[in-house]
Amino acid sequence: MPQSFRDLLPLIWIVAVVGAVVGSVVAASRSTLPSHPWEVEPPSQVTRELAARIDAVINVQISAAGLEPAALAEDVLVLRRMWLALAGTVPSVEELRRFEADSRPDRLERWLAGILADRRSADHLAGLLASALTGNDGGPAFVFRRDRFTSWLADALHAGWSFKGIVAEMVASTGLWTGTPAVNFVTQAASAGQVDENTLAGRVARCFLGIQFDCAQCHDHPFAPWTQTQFEGLAACFATVRISPLGVRDSGPAVLRIETPMASAGAMPPLTTDPDLKKPFIAGRRAVPQVPFGQPWFTGSGSSRAKLATWITHDENRRFGRAVANRCWAIAFGRPWHEPIDDVPDPSVEPGESDLLDILGCDFCAGTGDLRQTLAAICSTAAFRRASAHPGLNDPSRAAAVTTSWAAFPLSQLPPATMISAMIQATSLRTIDPESPLFVRTIRFLRAVDFMREYGRSHPHEPATIPQALVRLNGRLARELCEANVFSGPGRVAGLSQSNTSRLDTAFLACLSRHPDASEQRMLIPLLEAGTPARGIEDLYWTLFNSAEFCWNH
Amino acid sequence: MIISGSRRHVLAAAGGLGVSFMLPSLRARAAARRGRERPRSLITLWLAGGPSQLETWDPHPGTAIGGPTRAISTTIPGLQIASDYPRVAERLGRFSVIRSLVSREGDHQRGTHAVRTGYRPDPVLSYPALGALLAHQSPPTGLDIPAYVALGADAFPGRGGYLGGRFDPYRVFVPGFAGQNLVPHTNGPRQDRRLTALRGLDMHFAASRGVPVAATLHDHTLEAALAMMSSEQLAAFSVVAEPAAVRSAYGETSFGRGCLVARRLVEAGVRSIDVTLQGFDTHAANFTSHAAQATILDGALAALIDDLADRDLLESTVVLVTGEFGRTPQINPLEGRDHWPHGFSCLLAGGGIASGRVIGATDPEGRLREPEHPVTVADLSATVLAALGIDWQRELMTPLGRPVKLADGTPVVGLISG
Repeated sequence: MPQSFRDLLPLIWIVAVVGAVVGSVVAASRSTLPSHPWEVEPPSQVTRELAARIDAVINVQISAAGLEPAALAEDVLVLRRMWLALAGTVPSVEELRRFEADSRPDRLERWLAGILADRRSADHLAGLLASALTGNDGGPAFVFRRDRFTSWLADALHAGWSFKGIVAEMVASTGLWTGTPAVNFVTQAASAGQVDENTLAGRVARCFLGIQFDCAQCHDHPFAPWTQTQFEGLAACFATVRISPLGVRDSGPAVLRIETPMASAGAMPPLTTDPDLKKPFIAGRRAVPQVPFGQPWFTGSGSSRAKLATWITHDENRRFGRAVANRCWAIAFGRPWHEPIDDVPDPSVEPGESDLLDILGCDFCAGTGDLRQTLAAICSTAAFRRASAHPGLNDPSRAAAVTTSWAAFPLSQLPPATMISAMIQATSLRTIDPESPLFVRTIRFLRAVDFMREYGRSHPHEPATIPQALVRLNGRLARELCEANVFSGPGRVAGLSQSNTSRLDTAFLACLSRHPDASEQRMLIPLLEAGTPARGIEDLYWTLFNSAEFCWNH
Repeated sequence: MIISGSRRHVLAAAGGLGVSFMLPSLRARAAARRGRERPRSLITLWLAGGPSQLETWDPHPGTAIGGPTRAISTTIPGLQIASDYPRVAERLGRFSVIRSLVSREGDHQRGTHAVRTGYRPDPVLSYPALGALLAHQSPPTGLDIPAYVALGADAFPGRGGYLGGRFDPYRVFVPGFAGQNLVPHTNGPRQDRRLTALRGLDMHFAASRGVPVAATLHDHTLEAALAMMSSEQLAAFSVVAEPAAVRSAYGETSFGRGCLVARRLVEAGVRSIDVTLQGFDTHAANFTSHAAQATILDGALAALIDDLADRDLLESTVVLVTGEFGRTPQINPLEGRDHWPHGFSCLLAGGGIASGRVIGATDPEGRLREPEHPVTVADLSATVLAALGIDWQRELMTPLGRPVKLADGTPVVGLISG
């Protein structure tokens, strides 16, 4: 009999390893589940027609700039873009091999639909939307549960909910932040036990209407027609929100007493203190719920929040559709059609075929409201499938025109979460997805948390910082991922491949989703030949992870 | 790398990336100067969690709100601070004390943002921390290491805000031994092979995407990182070479080592250093918890001030000791104090800060919410920037096209020395 727990450790290790192996085999045996990307029907003819209308707009721009569009990129690179944009990771070697073996003429369309139907896509899109809708900071303690909010969003997107319904839930729901996760949209603005109506008004305007008029909290917008009164009316829609340990509810009169300006921490105007809410207010200033345009849509029998939700998602509210379209474009291309993403130009009097945001926005409003259909249309365009290389991009006098006309696919830096997901996937030959064994997903999660803590934030178009470069060059995680051992992808590439040419090819597929060309073979084979296969493959993975091609979507 | 243009363009690009240290030194090493002529630096000792003003620089012994905390006299005539800080008390004459800081943020994250930046959190615009502003407004030359460094674990570190990620601090989570991620996985010929392959691969990628790839500054960043990895200035991150007596004076704690590294970084020419000490969020057992942190802070702060003065660096280095807010005058049933942004304390010393001044006062009975002569966190920002020789009223154009002042307050009258 074992004398102590320590004596049992070898047995525990053996059980753990056997369990892991069995788990992997079981997971692999599930490869016939119908949700795999290659088994989904392609987007409909309607989607293709919508994509063609978008391309028509872009082609006019390219011609007007006196340019030719870039050639179409290789299918595998388009597939990589789809995975990065829609699922926040790169395709696995397993998936790439399957894609390359897929001879159907519409394989890209089919895989696009498959990626959008994949749970990984819902999780990724939910993460992006949660950041846009509630910010990147931790948020108020206790009453704000980002994890529940993001998980709820992912479930809703995966189930094909209309985004209109999702928005309505977020704006108007009542309940507890754990049991009714949609209310976290409201509790993100909680401070000292009460909600900041101004934060929510600004968030609604930017995220759902594409209007930046937070400045109207303190004064009329200096160069747009938005007024302080309009902002206060929008904020007043949230005046009845109360937060208690039992959750979010509506109570009291729908009248907002105007708080002091939010941006400045400096001089204060004359104040009075609300005895119930313990917040400083400007004496005598009040606002009632109202909307800045489209008054007839502001109807309904519920709370002012419910009426606001009806108004935002009304079929005739083109600003909502345009804001959604601009955000979807940014998800696909790494940059919005119009920047900044939450300051969308005013719509023309009538929707036109020359306005890309109207084309997409009106289709979204008139359709099912499923974001994935809008994303499918964007990713089905020729613009999305063009190469990022273009002769004009080596000519400083023409490069800006190539970029602004969308004649070539733009470069954008991978967000930190995507970068670490891509690194982890690239070092695993098998696909890491929700069907992967629990310990694989746990390790992936912990590694991602550590990496992002150290890596910090990044902007799609800003260069990486030196500390970020150091994380990739010398970080512990980068070393561990590149390490060639019997359990790691690099180790298996080193051990199982028959030649350095084969090793190079597999590593390229894993990291860059493509095969090396002849010049790259000449350049990189010596790296593999310089030491043992294990050391060589470690050097190769390190090189690929630090390359511009890996770090920037292209 | 494909990048064209004149030397001026290269200088501008390098400056914009924060890699100007890669360029040849344009003038004599500023870091070697001493006294007033030296470019100014900022050391912020960040007491995370919200230190109690009553257990630090504004005790009210013998009152209902004072608790068991006793007070001791200091080298500022007539001023007493908590008795847990005997070494700081002996040196308080080098400091000024603000006892009437007010913020409107009682949440840790929002309060930290307010004090670090001087602005309330804004969902549209991310504001830069004081350290980032200093690095932006007073860029160092001849510095191989980042101009803004944060030492120790901090849940809400300073950020570059609208200045961009390149003004985020370089974070060292365990200070005193080496910088973060500076040791390559390999070295010698193997590292050379890796770098040769990497440069070749990047050139290949840039071949038909010249301008946009150049705009990523990917290879500039790589070369800057490599330059940093081989810089002699990295020695500033390690305290190993310091005499045992010096290390002992600062304290053999993470925070003590952080303070010693901060001094070494100032000597190297780093513009701004944050050193974080956790453990001040004392909702329960306030008095015992605080005493433990005070032991760490007292020795490290005293040693830092002595060291800066002895090395003739204090005149060029502003030292700010603060947290995100203070704690309630009332003691809760758990012997704790809760968040209180309505009248809390900080210490300031060095640089252009006048010494021996006491600003504001709180109600010893704890009945009045507003302190005498309230100083907003925006005023604190303006004061620190003024003491650093920065025009706090200067407006910067943000990416949104909105001009924003460096600080939205005014320097505290009497705190800026002539």
